[in-house]
Amino acid sequence: MKPLEFSAPATLDEALGLLAGTGDQTGVLAGGTDLIIQHRSGHRDIGHMIDIKKIPELNVLDFDTKTGLRLGAAVACDDLGAFAPAQKHYPGLVEGAELIGSTQIQSRASVGGNVCNGSPAADTICPLIVLEAVCVVRGKDGEREVAAIDFMTGPGQTALQQGELLVEFRIPPPPPRSSDAYLRFIPRNEMDIAVASAAVAITLADDGKTCVSAKIAIGAVGPTPILVEEAAAALEGRELVNAALEAAGKASSAAAKPITDMRGTVEYRVHMAGVLTRRAASMALERIQESD
Amino acid sequence: MSKKRMVNATINGREQTLLCDNRMSLLDALRDAAGLTGTKEGCLTGDCGACSVVMNGKLVDSCLVMAAEAEGAAITTVEGLAIGSDLHALQQAFLAEAALQCGVCTPGFLVASKALLDRNPDPTEHEIRYWLAGNLCRCTGYQKILEAVQSAAAQLRDNPR
Amino acid sequence: MEQQGSSGKGKYKVIGTRPIRHDGEDKVTGRAQYGADIMLQDQLYGHLLRSPHSNAKILKIDTSKAEAMPGVRAVVTSQDFPQGEISAGKKYARDRILASDKALFKGHPIAAVAAEDRWTAEEAAKAIEVSYEVLPAVMDVMEAIKEDAPLVQEGNTTSTLGGQDAKPSNIVNHTQHKRGDVDDGFAKAELVIEREFDTKAVHQGYIEPQNATALARSDGQITVWCSSQAPFWVRAELSALLELPLSRFKVVPMEIGGGFGGKINSYLEAPAVLLSKKTGQPVKLVMSRADVFEATGQASAVHSKIKIGVNKDGAIVAGQAWLAYESGALPSNWGMQGSMCVFAPYKMEHVLIDAYDVLTNTSKVAAYRAPSSPQAMFGTESVMDEIAQELGMDPIELRLKNAVQEGDLRADGPKFPRIGFKETLEAIKNSDHYKSPPPSAPNQARGLAAGFWFNAGMQSSATVGINMDGTASVVTGSVDIGGSRASMSIMAAEALGLTAEEVRPSVADTDSIGHTDVTGGSRTTAVTGTAVYEAAQDAIGQMKKRVAKLWDISEEQVVFEDGAFKSTANGHDPMTVKELGPKLGMTGGPVLGSATVAPKSVGAGFGVHVVDIEVDPETGKVAILRYTAAQDVGTAIHLSYVEGQMQGGVVQGIGWALNEEYIRGEDGAMQNTGFLDYRVPTMLDVPNIETIIVEVPAPGQPYGVRGVGEVPIIPPLGALHNAIYKAIGVRLRALPMSPPSVVKAIHEARKIAEPAAART
Ligand SMILES: Cc1cc2nc3c(=O)[nH]c(=O)nc-3n(C[C@H](O)[C@H](O)[C@H](O)COP(=O)(O)OP(=O)(O)OC[C@H]3O[C@@H](n4cnc5c(N)ncnc54)[C@H](O)[C@@H]3O)c2cc1C
Ligand code: FES
Ligand code: FES
Repeated sequence: MKPLEFSAPATLDEALGLLAGTGDQTGVLAGGTDLIIQHRSGHRDIGHMIDIKKIPELNVLDFDTKTGLRLGAAVACDDLGAFAPAQKHYPGLVEGAELIGSTQIQSRASVGGNVCNGSPAADTICPLIVLEAVCVVRGKDGEREVAAIDFMTGPGQTALQQGELLVEFRIPPPPPRSSDAYLRFIPRNEMDIAVASAAVAITLADDGKTCVSAKIAIGAVGPTPILVEEAAAALEGRELVNAALEAAGKASSAAAKPITDMRGTVEYRVHMAGVLTRRAASMALERIQESD
Repeated sequence: MSKKRMVNATINGREQTLLCDNRMSLLDALRDAAGLTGTKEGCLTGDCGACSVVMNGKLVDSCLVMAAEAEGAAITTVEGLAIGSDLHALQQAFLAEAALQCGVCTPGFLVASKALLDRNPDPTEHEIRYWLAGNLCRCTGYQKILEAVQSAAAQLRDNPR
Repeated sequence: MEQQGSSGKGKYKVIGTRPIRHDGEDKVTGRAQYGADIMLQDQLYGHLLRSPHSNAKILKIDTSKAEAMPGVRAVVTSQDFPQGEISAGKKYARDRILASDKALFKGHPIAAVAAEDRWTAEEAAKAIEVSYEVLPAVMDVMEAIKEDAPLVQEGNTTSTLGGQDAKPSNIVNHTQHKRGDVDDGFAKAELVIEREFDTKAVHQGYIEPQNATALARSDGQITVWCSSQAPFWVRAELSALLELPLSRFKVVPMEIGGGFGGKINSYLEAPAVLLSKKTGQPVKLVMSRADVFEATGQASAVHSKIKIGVNKDGAIVAGQAWLAYESGALPSNWGMQGSMCVFAPYKMEHVLIDAYDVLTNTSKVAAYRAPSSPQAMFGTESVMDEIAQELGMDPIELRLKNAVQEGDLRADGPKFPRIGFKETLEAIKNSDHYKSPPPSAPNQARGLAAGFWFNAGMQSSATVGINMDGTASVVTGSVDIGGSRASMSIMAAEALGLTAEEVRPSVADTDSIGHTDVTGGSRTTAVTGTAVYEAAQDAIGQMKKRVAKLWDISEEQVVFEDGAFKSTANGHDPMTVKELGPKLGMTGGPVLGSATVAPKSVGAGFGVHVVDIEVDPETGKVAILRYTAAQDVGTAIHLSYVEGQMQGGVVQGIGWALNEEYIRGEDGAMQNTGFLDYRVPTMLDVPNIETIIVEVPAPGQPYGVRGVGEVPIIPPLGALHNAIYKAIGVRLRALPMSPPSVVKAIHEARKIAEPAAART
């Protein structure tokens, strides 16, 4: 391991300045639960580590019924999990964030780091996609917005350009009679990376039965998370009875394009994308019905 | 810029200044710079919890914290659980319930269990198992650890220390 | 907790209680010094360069760039061992530590560096230039066994049935046990079931990685601090490899963070010594977790065929087993051990067992708890379950009908002394768990299986010193891996009429106690315990002389009974060791008892487990609802640690059965080299494990101890397999029974059940 520089800038500008100056050997450090491992294993060659947790903009955590949730990129998962409005309005996102690692990892891991790491198995990306989250990105040339579905561009790759930081997520307020859910499959009950996952957000009509809108995303079954429009279409305009849920599951299985690796085979992952879609959809449905 | 730094931290209530290479993790700083070898290394990838410490009130794997991040932090390690010769209720319960065999996971379990009981004095069995799922023990099968945490919790509820 | 059998209850005062372990406080306060905790003056950090290839010729190693780096103090390779004529066996031993002409597995150490800090050591290792000629590798036992398979060791030929084949092959040993005529037996049997089984390589998964620190002084004296189950074996190996007398080495066993058999072989000790010799400074080496997985001993992947023939009443007529064990890239004899376990629990008239040890391009297989038995008995217990099912017999009744007992011959020959298999089966039969109705919701079921382990003998030494206040100290050479200090104190206390707290136990380095073999094979409590007992008897004999002197009677008139010396001539009040202590000085000075023992073997152990599970048929995930383990432990010395051994073993068995495996990529390399993907059970994955301690004292043992540690890892494999079958209607016959394999089995069974036409 080569000698390392370490900085912990207190402002966004200072951080962006450091980032601009240090090139591709810079490692942005949020919770470090991916970065420190990659650095130590030699998987990433880092000459300068920049800790972003002291920057106020990256630590916002705020909910407003009109504008929705603002989640700073560096907020730790356990802090998001303890934030009551998030639990109430975005249970699927909280589920995803709380699934990451152990208690110890929860204290450190951020949602920002989870998506910037670019893993197709990341547990928060599918919930962010179905909630239509916007990723706010800052570089030395200013701010831009990237839709969550466009953020990951390939395994380990994101829409971030050299010198840019992810600052926060903005998530619109959920419409009435809607909810979301996230499920992943792991062989153990804790401490595992998703073999397959599914996030579902649905909104029901006034009748409390018919689905007016649905968003379904599946993870770990392709190089990037997949927004499955066919699965959403299988729910929209229908009563969410078994047949519709089954159809959505089938659509997810059909859309899944996984590879075989140490975490699962193609066959199993395709199968699980369907199972998880169906189960997550009925969880989201139950949540709406319970809150009635 | 320098590749080494002085890190000021309060470790088990004692202010310390440690000379750390920037490549050091908090685990390295504790073991090599502060000489506190009670915190153990089992994986260096956040999977085993043997290196668990409490930093600024949060339970963390010290192998996944950079030493430089500990600047100004308050840290509790296994060495900070007993007060003088007075063992913490968890330490006593681990001994009484035979919750350790080889003992290498024990410091991590003790620190993690303390963090749990500090926030939830009366956890259910499931809550204990869930909270401690990031601490691996290969010797005990976990049952006696569970029983020790339950017994220490009961004792602390009767007689908070 | 229940206890059954002819317990020593009432017979003992200290045995069977639960004193606080003597090393406990140090271990809960963080004060205990494990191997990696040592920090010596002027210490250097070492790092190993390891092979990226599974099989490659080493053409050239150029260390010059590494040596020239600032902060680097020394680089060593296999060339730094004494060179010259070398026996094949010794070359294997040396090559395992540092490769010479060939890299035999991925992670095989090629060179070692010592530097001022660990980052420099790591960078320097990277700067070593090695030219390899990459060769085809073979990982799988069934591939390696083929005639045209690439040869792992060109020089290896098969040792077979007492002879040696001429042709090079990957088979190290072919072991055979034969009794009666199996063909005849199967022909007579009314039901014959033959099945094939597969298990993957698994790892012991101890939490503390291997480490070693060495200091070679300029006067030629060498000290090594390490985490080893067998410090005396480390010393012997160092002496052999470095061609120096044993007396030049002192091996100091540090506290050890688990082993389960995996810390019997040495790995880092010799490179640390070589580096220290070159630098004159202490050098510390520590493995990474990935090194531990790739380059220490996993337990064999095994392919087996098991055939059992029975009569309608369930009586076994004949059994045949074919077992092929992964050996790793260096010869071993795990298959031979498996052949001794596979049918051990059952009476059989006709037996034929063939076992093979097969070389593969993987790290040399090491012991793992009851080594070889789990893989062998997995097949046996599955076939027994199928037989019970076919005959409509209760699985316990089937086993009771065939269970070996005192006087029966084990399938591979030896005669059993008093054993407690039947008692253990009865204990499960009468348990709360087994008597309760099996879970009956859809996808729920109950499974059962048994396990056998012979328990190792070998050699141990101990001393028992009587202090001037009548308390005692016990010194052994068995490292304390799970409470053995406490057990030794209990046994000494029982012998001397003291309390466990009045005995201070310690684990000595190789200078300070006589030769003691490995802590493993469940031998510590039984064999080192015997040495402690004998040493205590020696001390008692010496003390009798002192008492005789004090009482002015003859030595023969002094007896030691119920914890006190008594006079057979009248007129003296009994005197305890505590009372005698202060008088030792004036009657001839200190008393130190010592003993060395070398029993051939100790009592065999049996376990029977029952488990209730629920399978999620959509995801294939298995949830364990209830688990009960019964085991004949002979005599339980420290109840808590007996329960703990059983619970820990069961949980390792559960991991083996459900999720643990070496996952290899196309290049054969292990992919899941961390605890995130090598899935040992977490606290959330297992329920409480109910334990039933059966006590059928082992004959010939002072306190009737059998080993405890090994047996409990065996039955979970079969018990879970049999339960999963009952839940989903398919037998997997392969481990691990991970979610994808369970789903696949369900889907395949459905395809067979509903022919294609019906599906469209
Ligand atoms: C034991 C263990 C278990 C885990 N389990 C899970 C799991 O169940 N599910 C899961 O999804 N993941 C899991 N992970 C992976 C990891 O914890 C998560 O991906 C986590 O969310 C990463 O967040 P972090 O804050 O630690 O990121 P870091 O490690 O700090 O950063 C991750 C990457 O993102 C970059 N980055 C971070 N923040 C920004 C930013 N604001 N702008 C630009 N770049 C940035 C970093 O440079 C780095 O490349 C696990 C990891 C471990 C060690
Ligand atoms: S050493 Fe830090 S989690 Fe294992
Ligand atoms: S006691 Fe050995 S790992 Fe827990």
